[in-house]
Amino acid sequence: MSKDVNSGVPTDSEVILGILNNSESVLKRLYIAYFPMILQLVINNNGSSDDAKDIYQEAIIVLYNKVKTGDFELSSKLKTYIYSICRRLWLKRLTQMNRYGGDIKDFQEYLVVDDETEKNNERDIQFNRMGSALQQLGEPCKTIIEDFYINNRSMQEICENFGYTNADNAKTQKYKCLQRLKKLFFQQK
Amino acid sequence: MPAKAEKIVFSAKIGSTEMSENNQLTDTIERYLNGEMTKEERAQFEELRTKDADVNSKVAEHKQFTNLIKQYGERLELEKRLDAIHDEIDVHALEDELLIHPSFVVRMWRNHHSKISVAASIAIFAVLCTLFFTGYLSNREMNYAKLRGEIQNTNHKIAQLDTKVNSLNPSSGRQNTIVNPGNFRGTGFAISSNGYIVTNYHVITGADSVYVQGNDGKSFRTKIVYTEPQSDIAVLEITDSSFKTLGAIPYTFKKAESDIGESVFTVGYPRDAMVFGAGYLTASTGYRNDTTQYQISAPVNFGNSGGPLLDAHGNLIGIVNAKDRHVEGATFAVKTNYLLKAIKDIPADSLNRPLVTTGKNVLAGLDYKTQVKKLKNYVFMVRVYNQ
Repeated sequence: MSKDVNSGVPTDSEVILGILNNSESVLKRLYIAYFPMILQLVINNNGSSDDAKDIYQEAIIVLYNKVKTGDFELSSKLKTYIYSICRRLWLKRLTQMNRYGGDIKDFQEYLVVDDETEKNNERDIQFNRMGSALQQLGEPCKTIIEDFYINNRSMQEICENFGYTNADNAKTQKYKCLQRLKKLFFQQK
Repeated sequence: MPAKAEKIVFSAKIGSTEMSENNQLTDTIERYLNGEMTKEERAQFEELRTKDADVNSKVAEHKQFTNLIKQYGERLELEKRLDAIHDEIDVHALEDELLIHPSFVVRMWRNHHSKISVAASIAIFAVLCTLFFTGYLSNREMNYAKLRGEIQNTNHKIAQLDTKVNSLNPSSGRQNTIVNPGNFRGTGFAISSNGYIVTNYHVITGADSVYVQGNDGKSFRTKIVYTEPQSDIAVLEITDSSFKTLGAIPYTFKKAESDIGESVFTVGYPRDAMVFGAGYLTASTGYRNDTTQYQISAPVNFGNSGGPLLDAHGNLIGIVNAKDRHVEGATFAVKTNYLLKAIKDIPADSLNRPLVTTGKNVLAGLDYKTQVKKLKNYVFMVRVYNQ
């Protein structure tokens, strides 16, 4: 595997520190280092490169969140960990698509991982809900909510952007929007 | 500024003209969560939280929900970053490099398996149709008529008539009993002077009782002592007490294969009277090249099954057993060798009397007329009864 001996491959502790420090370059090196391995797994097991991208990003997000929340314990090589998660995700997806023929061609050693991907799934469902609730909310509510709660803009800025006469009006509008967003979010099954 | 804080909390409770009560509370919660409150405000609000469970749960809910929005935003951001990184990778080149190219056949199958499946189904269907319409699939035994006279239907009707007559004349019922002439019949011939008779296995399959009737009309009860289904041979033993002996068998068993073109004849009971049939040995194999049989050209009918096949010198060379329905004049006979083998295979303890097959050939050099005359006492009609 000539791919593995790439000078750009970050060490495992480098990756963890990098994620904790929001390092863009470490994330990039991590992504580039292990993507070929997952691409190889997926395209040789009935998948396309887009499938590979999907599940690889999902796995990176699982890793990212685990590191961020601090409950990540590396019990094996990071490479093995990522491969195992992707393998598990891909098997699941193959089964869902009824394309799983009963055997999978493996290219790396792997561990049995289970619960982590499940937990992530629940989160994904909530995020999907939030996404569609925001979509249904429409403008200008969507932008106000995003600016305030996601981008941490101040009420003053938002007030200027939307041309409200005073901050109180903007605030009222914001709370109305938040109220509707909650409603839309909880209405979904 | 304790006064101001009190005012805010107060107005959160009773409502205000500018903001609805709810918004006011949310605003307070938000300021609390963001740490924008003064110490006093904070203490006061915390006191309110402990007192009012409703407010407390609203705080938790708001916190959770806004966190979710935030995390959602972070997730979107992360995905965007990952996508940006992904776009820098030359996926196509990697793909070409990493894809294990399966063998030609596998690729062919992956790309075209639906088409291949359809083509295969059509091919199978076509073959089946062809076979069906050409009659190949119909049982091959259909062409291969076993020469067992089937009189069952007639008999059934006779039995019905019989019961009718009986029920009409209850007093004379006994006298009118008609002897059942047998459900099936075939032909058999003696292989020893003490009452062992050979016929075809298919004649006596499923029999409850088997009788043999000689040319003189005398009928004897028999017991099946041995059967060999694969060569279609059955050996019967006359068990009737009225049976004495047949006298020396007038023919001998020819062990060597007979040649094609030899003139042969047979006698049998396709009807109630003995029927003679002569012809030639036309092939050294039987139906579908069965090497245990000869093919002959003698005319035979249902009921001839089990009859002896003799050559012009009075040697027994086979047992008539079947004919090909599709080929005119093709009759088959089991070769004598297999008869002798069957006789040898009879377990000794199933024989009540010694089975001695050595006959003295007194038919050689005679014409058919005289041969049949000498033969007729040794050829029997086999009647088979079953329920």
